[in-house]
Amino acid sequence: MFTSMPEFDEAVPPERAQEVYAQIYQWFVDNNDKFADSGAELMPISTATTVKHSENGPVVVDGPFSEAKEVVGGFSVVDVPDLDAAIELTKTWPSLALPGVAVEIRPMVEDYSQFEQ
Amino acid sequence: MPPPRRGGAVRADARHAGPSSDPAGAPVPAAATGAAASDLLLARVVREESARIVAALTASLGNLDLAEEAVADAVEEALREWRTRGIPPSPGGWLTQAARHNALDRMRRQKRYREKLALLAGAPSAGMAEIEERLPLLFGCCHPALSPDAQLALTLRAVVGLTTAQIARATLSTETAVQQRIVRAKRRIAETGIPLRIPEGAERAVRLDLVLTVVSVMYTSAHLVAGGDASADRDLADDALWLARVVADALPREAEAHGLLALLEFHRAREGARAVGGELVLLADQDRSRWDRQLVADARASLERAARLRHPGRWQLHAAIAACHADAQTSADTDWLQVLTLYDLLGARDPSPIVRLNRAVALAQVEGPEAALEEVDALASSLDGFHLWHAVRGRLLRDLGRTAEADLADSRAHELTANEAERRLLAARIAGEA
Repeated sequence: MFTSMPEFDEAVPPERAQEVYAQIYQWFVDNNDKFADSGAELMPISTATTVKHSENGPVVVDGPFSEAKEVVGGFSVVDVPDLDAAIELTKTWPSLALPGVAVEIRPMVEDYSQFEQ
Repeated sequence: MPPPRRGGAVRADARHAGPSSDPAGAPVPAAATGAAASDLLLARVVREESARIVAALTASLGNLDLAEEAVADAVEEALREWRTRGIPPSPGGWLTQAARHNALDRMRRQKRYREKLALLAGAPSAGMAEIEERLPLLFGCCHPALSPDAQLALTLRAVVGLTTAQIARATLSTETAVQQRIVRAKRRIAETGIPLRIPEGAERAVRLDLVLTVVSVMYTSAHLVAGGDASADRDLADDALWLARVVADALPREAEAHGLLALLEFHRAREGARAVGGELVLLADQDRSRWDRQLVADARASLERAARLRHPGRWQLHAAIAACHADAQTSADTDWLQVLTLYDLLGARDPSPIVRLNRAVALAQVEGPEAALEEVDALASSLDGFHLWHAVRGRLLRDLGRTAEADLADSRAHELTANEAERRLLAARIAGEA
């Protein structure tokens, strides 16, 4: 999951953003063999709508689901042997050159044996 | 790293000669009864073999958790069996077989591992694994995706083979907390896919530094135990020195591995002079003829091996500073300017408050206590909770004749340390006896 901080994002000059975008496209081309799914880039946090639990049934609110400073900007599904391989790939993510950017790595649940009898 | 200290006389090789305790944490009777003898041997076998057995079982099962539990159970069985039936002819082999048996047992109970039974049944004897097999496990335990506390606890458990009770005592923690830390760390290794492997290329140096940090913390922890009765517990400092040797031997081209080994050897060499009759003796007042000459020679050889690789780093700088102290016949003979220069180089790599505090001690010798106090006071916000910061301040204030303030600083240090020998030394200083 690719996260960033909106106030940092706004501070990036357009030409610099364009430059990083170009590197990002190249990054996806270069690492094509490692993706299990192309994932998605998400629209800005201002477009978020959240459906929340409440005692009287789900409630719809505008805005992101948490007050976290960092927001998820998108995700990719990669297929690599272990965490070190994932870290190695992640370190080359071009946006990491920009302040406030972070990439969270999480394994996917693959073992559903506890539901099998 | 603050200079380590410990009570009790130095032992060149505690694995064979020194007092120890049984791996389950129960106190060993002073007399060399059959039980004590088998416990002593078990402690040694656990240290030398358990990581290998865990590593080999992990390799054949692909599951650190299962391997580690199987070995831990085998150690507990050995503790009981060896006391009553005596030491088996091949203790390492006995442990290996018991651990394999336990792993098989656990797997039979776990349906989803059934297909791996065949793998284990056909695996060669785990005890025959090479020394290098311990390293991938060590690197896995010291992975940056684990918290520093978890790295230390897991290393002590899986690589060194300590029990939960021993780890709790060594890290000033409760057994429940240690147990949880280890369970969570193992789950994290399995769930996040942390590989048990020595990293290659540029990544190796970064990861090796984490491994060396854990080994260094292990050595320092040996001196933090409240009460400081070194003979009552398994000698963690000795375990750390052993592990530093294992790493340096397995990675002979890594200069920093030799650097840390040299540092620990220098510190270990001084320990006979650091604690005399249970009382702490500061470096300046130590009887240097009590330093272990053989260990000093080993340390110099390790540092030279590191230097020949021409790849300087912070552990080598720490060791070079320790070498300056070893070179001096007395404290007054010390080449403090060189020590200060080395601290400057170290500070450029590792600008931590602890390094700056140690540098200030050297600065006091070169430029006087006033300049040093200024440096020390600048560290107040980060080191106010650290007893040695107050102790260094106390010493500098005393040298400046500001006795009332010195007493206050030493009292604060006294409040903050749990180590009895340290408390006595500080109390004596406040009373004007030291």
